[in-house]
Amino acid sequence: MPLIEAHDIAVRLGGAEVLHDVSLNLEAGEIVTIVGPNGSGKSTLLRALIGAVPACRGEIRRKPGLRIGYVPQRLHIDPTLPMTVTRFLALPRRRAAKELRAALDRAGLPDLRHRQMADLSGGQFQRVLLARALLNRPDLLILDEATQGLDQPGSAAFYRQIEEVRQQVGCAVLMVSHELHVVMSASDRVICLNGHICCQGRPEAVARDDEYRALFGAGTQGALALYRHEHDHHHAPGHHHAPDAEAAE
Amino acid sequence: MSLDDFLVRAALAGLGVAVAAAPLGSFVVWRRMAYFGDATAHAAILGVALALALDASIFAGALAMSLIMALTVSGLAGRGFAMDTMLGVLAHSALAFGLVGVSFLSGVRLDLMAYLFGDILAVSRGDLAVIWAGAGIVAGLIAWRWQALLTATLSPDLAWSEGIDPRREQMVLTVALALVVAVAIKVVGVLLIAAMLIVPAAAARPLSRTPERMAVIATLIAAAAALGGLAASFRFDSPTGPTIVCVAALIFAVSVAGNNLIGFVRNKG
Repeated sequence: MPLIEAHDIAVRLGGAEVLHDVSLNLEAGEIVTIVGPNGSGKSTLLRALIGAVPACRGEIRRKPGLRIGYVPQRLHIDPTLPMTVTRFLALPRRRAAKELRAALDRAGLPDLRHRQMADLSGGQFQRVLLARALLNRPDLLILDEATQGLDQPGSAAFYRQIEEVRQQVGCAVLMVSHELHVVMSASDRVICLNGHICCQGRPEAVARDDEYRALFGAGTQGALALYRHEHDHHHAPGHHHAPDAEAAE
Repeated sequence: MSLDDFLVRAALAGLGVAVAAAPLGSFVVWRRMAYFGDATAHAAILGVALALALDASIFAGALAMSLIMALTVSGLAGRGFAMDTMLGVLAHSALAFGLVGVSFLSGVRLDLMAYLFGDILAVSRGDLAVIWAGAGIVAGLIAWRWQALLTATLSPDLAWSEGIDPRREQMVLTVALALVVAVAIKVVGVLLIAAMLIVPAAAARPLSRTPERMAVIATLIAAAAALGGLAASFRFDSPTGPTIVCVAALIFAVSVAGNNLIGFVRNKG
């Protein structure tokens, strides 16, 4: 069976329906990227898949014993909570020191074991989050805009590392990304989300899709997005694709 | 030295509260639940009033009301209420109703100070057994759930992804909090229980590089404050509960000032 199956799920947050009629399957080993404008429910979908928010309709099934490595969009550590890198890596399972050293090594980090998490640079912090997620040898790695706040080279290096990790560990990767050039080059499958799944498929196919073009423009580079609204269906009232916000980013 | 000596019983009672309050207090600080601790503690006075009226055990009354308050507050959390306002309303209403309730009961008015500020010198063998049983349960709960509690404190989403239900961990802390309040009434009183949770943990923060170390140091500081406060109150004939909190506050001041001084010297060097 697939790692995760979602059937026609809907999710409400604070009274508003953020997601509806979302169905998707994740197979072992594939890299799937979710794209969509701000407020399109990308993070909510990831949180629903890990069980952090309940689906008010539909069903989510996880393969029994599924191991998930989750890298959140950002992690705020309260300044009152002392946390060394070593200690963080050993959450929620204790690890041998050797294993932790190897994890940092694999993440391309120097020996930061005794540093406080709060003292790390943005790039180092994200790599430590990734290293922690990988320690449990996940079947599925979930990344929620994991390169937010990193500069261009930092983010490119981060994605190269994810690609390497997939080859070494063989896990599936589900990520939300704003960086369309990365998405188009690195994903097996792209899901274009805007409250519902507008379209999904291989990157080349999605890039040609009218709905995708409506959201991101005709070029595969997000920065070149031109708004051309070529819908072949109608949206319910109150629902719109907000392409301007996305193109402005 | 024997349990017949009231000072020995008082010291053991203070240590029991330190063992329960300090590790839990670390979580209260990390999760920014200070006000939550206050509300739970203030509700206990209402429980005391009810217990006196019904001629029931003070401990049971305080525990029941603290538990009801803690469960109410954590049930309301995250439902869009302005939490600080809500906690303020609940905490002070419970305290006020409790005080008014106690005033209706004849003959106990003089005892009120004992519940508000503690009466550690009057701890009986039975009280001591209750305090240490409660402290043992709280310390055991926290040690047992430690990794999950820490993960849920760091990020609820991270906990979910690891198969940990953060709501269950919140419930563990809620129950532990009610227990600490119930056992600490006799030692520091309802008004200063929150101080025993927060001050030792805050004093331990500058001295700690890991959460475990912070919890252990907080426990040592709380124990030192309990014993030091007891000795000081004996020496200066001051009320014991408030004196214990004063000693904890002094340790906090030294810890923070010392840490700043070391930082300053290092920067100069």
